[in-house]
Amino acid sequence: MLFFAAYRELAGESDAVVALPERSTVAALLSALRRRGDGLAQLPDQVAVAVNRQYAARETVLADGDEVALIPPVAGG
Amino acid sequence: MTWSEITLDPIEPEAVLARVAAAEDGAAVLFLGVVRNANEGRPVSGMEYEGYAPMARQQMAEIVSEAAGRAGAGGARIAAVHRLGELTVGEVSVAVAASTPHRAQAFDAARYVIEEVKKRLPVWKREHYLDGQPEWLEGRTPAAVGGVK
Repeated sequence: MLFFAAYRELAGESDAVVALPERSTVAALLSALRRRGDGLAQLPDQVAVAVNRQYAARETVLADGDEVALIPPVAGG
Repeated sequence: MTWSEITLDPIEPEAVLARVAAAEDGAAVLFLGVVRNANEGRPVSGMEYEGYAPMARQQMAEIVSEAAGRAGAGGARIAAVHRLGELTVGEVSVAVAASTPHRAQAFDAARYVIEEVKKRLPVWKREHYLDGQPEWLEGRTPAAVGGVK
């Protein structure tokens, strides 16, 4: 798990390993993160998620070793 | 031909422009994003760019490839680079160069690249002020949320 920018500040760390049941979805991961008991409880509903460096839908099924990142609203340029 | 990069080094606009030069092209557009000295009335001393670099590299490559695909007959030569790290006022944060046979496609391609960068490049910026604590700037939620792609 990777956390960037404002979400890194919510998480209090830049990366983490999250254990989930097999074939968990991105939606299940978000639920688990919101229940962690830290600033991630404030994650907005529309948080963007990347799996292996591609934007991913809520129903995307995760596999062991996937690189998952929470993507705050982007502000490049 | 397309080229893109995410870098910590200062951007040299002329070098980006030189990458797209081609004998068959009659038009070249160079867009630069520059750190400005104020935002909503607050004096700004600099900008800190953070990025998810490996994903940003992939997204930038996809964006310039899409822009080239839109150019139609004659194609387009496109180069784009975004800088990360701490920048001071006046420094270039992003450069986009597009070269095409005629001007309309060059403007269109450069515009497409910078607008898509703003929508989906995983980059964030924290503004540093002369009069207070730095703040993350409000961004845009990438459209992929909820199921696209």
